[in-house]
Amino acid sequence: MSLFDFFFPKKPASAAIAKERLQIVLAHERAGRDGPDFLPLLQKELLAVVAKYIPVKDDMIRVNLGKAGTASVLEINVEMPGAKMMKGMTAATA
Amino acid sequence: MGKVIVVTSGKGGVGKTTTSAAVATGLALRGHRTVVIDFDVGLRNLDLVMGCERRVVFDFINVINGDANLNQALIRDKRIENLYVFPTSQTRDKDALKRDGVDRVMTELKKTFDYIICDSPAGIEHGALTALYHADSAIIVTNPEVSSVRDSDRIIGMLASKTRRAEKREKPVEEHLLLTRYSPERVRKGEMLSVDDVKEILSVPLLGIIPESETVLKASNTGMPVILDADSPAGRAYEDAVARFLGEQREMRFVMPERKNFLRGWFGRAAS
Repeated sequence: MSLFDFFFPKKPASAAIAKERLQIVLAHERAGRDGPDFLPLLQKELLAVVAKYIPVKDDMIRVNLGKAGTASVLEINVEMPGAKMMKGMTAATA
Repeated sequence: MGKVIVVTSGKGGVGKTTTSAAVATGLALRGHRTVVIDFDVGLRNLDLVMGCERRVVFDFINVINGDANLNQALIRDKRIENLYVFPTSQTRDKDALKRDGVDRVMTELKKTFDYIICDSPAGIEHGALTALYHADSAIIVTNPEVSSVRDSDRIIGMLASKTRRAEKREKPVEEHLLLTRYSPERVRKGEMLSVDDVKEILSVPLLGIIPESETVLKASNTGMPVILDADSPAGRAYEDAVARFLGEQREMRFVMPERKNFLRGWFGRAAS
């Protein structure tokens, strides 16, 4: 470090900021990219089937593709509506 | 069998057409029978960069639709032997490049040419995907700048999943990174991503560094591929890149700024 740099400390170089920002955003984007693109459609169709029998809303079903060791795991979570609401629904449809 | 090389980037304006013209010319100069195809339907520009815009009669779409045959549409370069330009159409229909039609044309070209250079349009839509589908090899043109690097990463993802080679589970497309509009001086000042930064982020082997150069604009003004300007830094850099593509070992140039004179080298640091 020269004497000049000591008296006039530099701001961090903008290229270093660019590199760090890119590394973060690309790590995120690459993780999402490997997933198959049928997941949103699968979620929609599953919702339609479930909704035929149980009154569920869009946000009550979740489809995730995860990894367990070397195997891929397709995880489907359906949140069941409360008993009270179920009763209401059956009354309404009956 | 000819080898198909796609020149791609995701982002627009980074130098795909300049690179396509230069690489095609460089390969032809070395005696390889080469054709360069414009895939940017509706925004034809390769003809201008190659200086053959007044000789376009039939185009890619005419051939696909059967209105003309390949020999009628291919334009033979007047300066260099073995070099042909295949222009695209100026129609606005981006989907005019039908898959089976393109397949047929590519199969035909592979029989008679050593290298088929596909100049991809920007973006990740139909035109860009059609351009990269048949690729055996890809030149990813990137500027040392955040949006270009991000878009290149996206295209690298597509090369791994959307090509014929990926679909048929053949050997993956061979990838080459070409860093263009590089300014060694700005890299030295920490204002621009360095070669090593971009290589580290994208993890693709480096084919070459093309320095920011006034001669690129001058070359396109006159319709002369910049590689023919052997005195210009960009021309020399493209010449190197073509040699490396063909397997030659050449040291990277233009990585660091050239020292203007001794005094500046000595005192330049404190003054900048």
